[in-house]
Amino acid sequence: METPALPPGLVAFVKRDCETCQLVDPLLATLASDEALTVYTQDDLTFPESLQAVDDLALEMSWHHNIETVPTLIRVGKTGIEAERIVGWSRDQWQAFTGNMELGITLPEFRPGCGSLSVDPSRSDELNARMGGSGLATRRIEFAELEDDFEAMYDRGWSDGLPLVPPTEARVMRMLEGTTRQPSDIVANVAPDLIDVTVEKIAVNAVMAGCKPEYLPVVIAAVEAICTDEFNIHGLLATTMSVGPVFVVNGPIAKQLGMNSGINVFGQGNRANLTIGRAVQLVVRNVGGGRPGEVDRCAQGSPTKIGLAFAEDEAGTPWISLAEERGMEPGANAITALCLEGPRLIVDQLSRTPESLTNTLAEGLLATHSRRMVAGIDAMLVLSPEHMARYIDAGWDRARFRTELEERLMVDTNDIIRGTGGIEEGLPAGFADMQLPKFRPGGLHIAHAGGAAGLFSSVFAGWVSGPTGSVPVTKPITH
Amino acid sequence: MTTVLDPTNEATPATIERSMRPESLAGLTVGLLDISKPRGNVFLDQVEQRLIALGSTVKRYKKPTFTKPAPVDMRHEIATECDAVIEALAD
Repeated sequence: METPALPPGLVAFVKRDCETCQLVDPLLATLASDEALTVYTQDDLTFPESLQAVDDLALEMSWHHNIETVPTLIRVGKTGIEAERIVGWSRDQWQAFTGNMELGITLPEFRPGCGSLSVDPSRSDELNARMGGSGLATRRIEFAELEDDFEAMYDRGWSDGLPLVPPTEARVMRMLEGTTRQPSDIVANVAPDLIDVTVEKIAVNAVMAGCKPEYLPVVIAAVEAICTDEFNIHGLLATTMSVGPVFVVNGPIAKQLGMNSGINVFGQGNRANLTIGRAVQLVVRNVGGGRPGEVDRCAQGSPTKIGLAFAEDEAGTPWISLAEERGMEPGANAITALCLEGPRLIVDQLSRTPESLTNTLAEGLLATHSRRMVAGIDAMLVLSPEHMARYIDAGWDRARFRTELEERLMVDTNDIIRGTGGIEEGLPAGFADMQLPKFRPGGLHIAHAGGAAGLFSSVFAGWVSGPTGSVPVTKPITH
Repeated sequence: MTTVLDPTNEATPATIERSMRPESLAGLTVGLLDISKPRGNVFLDQVEQRLIALGSTVKRYKKPTFTKPAPVDMRHEIATECDAVIEALAD
C-alpha cells in the first residue's frame, strides 16, 4: 500500500486516552491560529476539544508515518516531505519548534508522551497485516458473511474434531515472530501426499491448534522429526494399530514455554503440552492429507493421534535425560518423536528396594501388546517421581537401571509358543528353547515425569520397531 | 467477513485416466506384489497357481516392509514389466 502524504504545515497526532495530549489540547488551537495545523486523532473524534480533528481511528496515517508516541508534532514542507518531528511535551522544544516563545508558559516544563495506538501490541499485528502487506504466499480464503467462522473451518474439513482458531493473516504473522526462519523455508516433505511444507504453512496450522508464537520452533522441530524415513509418519498413519507420534521435550525451553512435566503430565490443563502435538497432527492432516478413513486406517485410534507432547522432569532426577541418552548435549533444547500408543499405569505401592520395583516394572513392560509379542515393538517407560526416588535413594543411575531392567525383560520362548497356556497366539514352534528380549536393543526408552505423589509409572507401547517400522527421532529445537 | 490463510497444501489433484481393464488375463503378464505382511506369500501362491491356469505369466515382487510405500524403482519395474498387478495384504 502506498504511503498517504501528510498535508503541508504542522501536523499533530493525539489520542484522548493520554494525559499529555489533554495537557497540550488548548495549545493546538493557538498553533492553528498561527499557521496551517492538521490534527489526527487516534481514539475519539471529539478530541482535541480545542479544534476539529481528522479521523485516524483506523490508524492508517499513524501507522504509515511511524508514530510511536502521542503527542507527536511534525513539520511538513510544501511538497509533503517531513522536515522534523518532536514527541511528548517539552516546553522548550515546542516553543523552538513553533517559534512561539509564549507557548505553554503556564504548563509544566516537561511531560513524557504516551504510546501511539498504532504500536499497541494488541493492534500492531492487525495493522502490519492490513497496511504492510504480509508477503505471505498462502492462499487467502474469505468466509461468506453469513458463515460462522468456526463452523466454516469445520465445513472445510480442517479440524481434528475440536474447534480451531481462525488463522487470520495477523495471527499467522504474529505466529511467525516465534521463529527467525523465513516463512518460505521448506521444513520437510509430509506424507502421505508427499508435500513440501513451509514454515508459513506450519505457522497457519499452529495458529489453528491454539499455539503461542514461542511454541513454533518446537512445532517445526517436531514436524522435521516425524517427516523422516526413520520415523515413517506414513506408516503410523496407515497402520491399523493405535499409535501416533508422542513428543518429549528436553532442555530449558520446556520451562520457558511453561510446559508441564509434573502433575497430570499426560492430561489436560497445559496449553503448550496440548497444542504442540495438535499442531503437528494438523500439519499431517491438512498439508500431508492424512485423514482417518482415508490413508489413516487405524482400527481403534488413540489419544496420541490427537497430539501428545510433554516435558521431561529433568530437575527432579540426577539421571541424564532422554535427549542426552539419545546423543544430545546436556542442556540442549531438543524434541524426541516416538511412535506410541496411549499410556497405561504400572502400579507398585509397596516396593521399597530398587530390585523389587524393577521386577514390577518389568512385568508391566512384558505385558505390552501381549506377553507373546517379543522383539517386535519399542516402548517408553515414564518413571514417576516417587518411583524414581527408589533408584535415587539406592544410588542407581540410568545405565544401571537400564541394565537391570533389560535383564528382566528376557523372555523364555517356551512360555509363548503357539498353543501354550490355551492361547493360539504366539511364536511358531521353531522358536522353542530360546531366550529373546522383549524389546530390540535400544528399543526401550526411559523418561521421568509426573506429580510428586503417586507410586505408579506409565508405559507407552509402540509399533513395528526398527528400520522396518518406526525409529524414534530426536531433533534440536532452534529459534 | 473473515479472511483466513488456507491451512491445506493447496494442491489440485492430478486426474489420471484409469488404465483399460483387460478382457482376459490369458497371455498377459501379471505382477503379484507381496507387501511383506506375514502369510501374504501363502495367499499369493494360490493366486499365482490360478493365474497360470488362466494362461498368464506371473512375476512376483516384494516390498522391503509393509510399513512404507513401495520404493519408486519397484513401482517403475512393475509398471514396465507387467500388464496388470495384484497387491496382496494378509495376516
